[in-house]
Amino acid sequence: METNEIKKMSYRDAIRLGLTEEMREDEEVIFLGEDIGLYGGAYNVSAGMIDEFGEARVIDTPISEAALVGTAVGAAMTGLRPVCELMNIDFITLGMDALVNQAAKMRYMFGGQAQVPLVLRLPAGTGFGAGAQHSQSLEAWFCHVPGLKVVTPSTPAQAKGLIKAAIRDNNPVCFIEHKALYQAEGPVPLDPDYLVEIGKTVIERPGKDVTIVTYGTLLAKAMEAAAFLAEEGIEVEIINPVTLYPMEIEPIVESVIKTGRLIVAHEAPKTGGVGGEIVARIAESEAFDYLNAPILRLGGLDVPIPYSRELEASVVPQRNEFVHGVYRLLNRE
Amino acid sequence: MIELSEELLLRMYYKMNLARSFEEKVEELFKQHTVDEIAYLSRGEEATGVIAGLALQKGDLVSMTHRSHSQAIGFGLDVNLMMAELLGKSTGYCRGKGGPLHLADLENGNLGANGIVGGGFTLACGAALTQKHKKTGKVVLCFAGDGATNEGSFHEALNLASVWKLPLVFLIENNLYGMSTPIAKHMHIENISDRSTSYDMPGITIDGTDFLEVYDVMTKSLRYARAGRGPVLVEAKTYRYCGHSSDDVQLYRSKEELQEWQKKDPILKLKNYLQENRVFTGKQMETIVDEAKSAIEQAVEFAMESPVPDITAVLEDIYA
Repeated sequence: METNEIKKMSYRDAIRLGLTEEMREDEEVIFLGEDIGLYGGAYNVSAGMIDEFGEARVIDTPISEAALVGTAVGAAMTGLRPVCELMNIDFITLGMDALVNQAAKMRYMFGGQAQVPLVLRLPAGTGFGAGAQHSQSLEAWFCHVPGLKVVTPSTPAQAKGLIKAAIRDNNPVCFIEHKALYQAEGPVPLDPDYLVEIGKTVIERPGKDVTIVTYGTLLAKAMEAAAFLAEEGIEVEIINPVTLYPMEIEPIVESVIKTGRLIVAHEAPKTGGVGGEIVARIAESEAFDYLNAPILRLGGLDVPIPYSRELEASVVPQRNEFVHGVYRLLNRE
Repeated sequence: MIELSEELLLRMYYKMNLARSFEEKVEELFKQHTVDEIAYLSRGEEATGVIAGLALQKGDLVSMTHRSHSQAIGFGLDVNLMMAELLGKSTGYCRGKGGPLHLADLENGNLGANGIVGGGFTLACGAALTQKHKKTGKVVLCFAGDGATNEGSFHEALNLASVWKLPLVFLIENNLYGMSTPIAKHMHIENISDRSTSYDMPGITIDGTDFLEVYDVMTKSLRYARAGRGPVLVEAKTYRYCGHSSDDVQLYRSKEELQEWQKKDPILKLKNYLQENRVFTGKQMETIVDEAKSAIEQAVEFAMESPVPDITAVLEDIYA
């Protein structure tokens, strides 16, 4: 079915649509998780899928994350293409061995024999008052493990195209979806061949004065800040890596050569975050010579995520921090 | 008891001797510093590793432990390629990138040895799920040691395999020590097979030094799993003659204990059986042992002559 049709839908529905299309296309795609069947998943992403695909392909597991991830890895290395839903990214701690010690290294340590086409869907991030064990942004952990791919969609269109690309990829892919974006709506191509290529960094908004690199919920905040600053004649360029690991750095290098100013932002704690890696790679690149101001990192505070909504919002960067950050880099404060 | 054909008995005797010779050679090479990596030897445990492998049918899959040499030889891995891998050569199963802890032959259903104790349980569940999903009629054999049954992954895997009735047989090689810790200090039960009760699956404890019992129980367990009746937990009590690894000075056990177990040697048991039942003549048996030894000599030659991996291999096969 070829179509150029675009439909407005939520990020949640876009993930479900992408996953559904791939399951229709390929019998070997199975979907495993806790309460993903009749319940529809803790965040309702898989609502109704069991009706179409049945219990043999939409499989509720015991609350056993080690078995959930390990079973998916074992299935992937023997010819299926499992998609796993972890109820929250925080619970991956219980399934980390199968991901890090088995899935990620298997192809390499077996001298190229294994193929592990696995997708882990990992709902992450703040915004719900869910507290310290249900709100983390753990993407940096996975970006430290060669063999894994780490992607994160920031819009509904990216969500659909990226989940499809992740399922078609022959490697273990950590697909990090931001919980605060589930309701966010946007245009989504209905074309079943629409894919978002893994390993491609995207320029979300062109500009010439300051480069902002960000993803997740902060992308929308940065875009709002950019619109506000545009009123004052400041042109911010916004870059979304989409694939956090292995990251395509060149578009960021080129952007910084153009603007001479860089802000890197994420919800995850600043120390040891993905932003630090981006900054280091810019410092190592020819873009270093073009910097007109120190690089600015906007990250989560180095604290566990607190419960109270007021406290929670205070630990992750907000729109105004982008505005003030841009001013600071332009010496206008 | 299941009838054993002469051909099968020949394979048992040859392969158990092959496994023993392989490890004697590895130990020798280690002492000469030809093998650098720490090797985890299973001498004394040949009846579980080798015989369980011989009970499999073509196309069945296996997940191995860190102590994998007998298991690998039982499954049918080529000793030349195994030895080359241990020597870190490009002709090895993993082209020199895995070593003794990661022997694997995916194409033929060998899901690999595992450097993580208990790492194989859930992978085996996944492989069994694939067999069930694709209705292949194949069964997965998952090896593990006694210590691994104290890992959470063991309990999660048994529970899941039971709920989903996966075609899976867990074979626990209980060699009475988790590295140096005697079993009495790490679990409060006599038989690990008792743990099957919690998951409503058959659990059987057998003499892991007895080829007859291992073959019989494994054949029946595999048949049970193949029939779609769900997983089985088999515990085989056995003993390793060597230390945990090649740098273990074995302060935790007595020479007398070792000697007691050596009286029950699995290869000796098979040899006695073959003599008593006049399956082979003494001369025939000598020939079988010599053939096994010479196969290992050839494996060493093959491995020694093989090239080391090209340095460019370092950046290959990180991603598919």
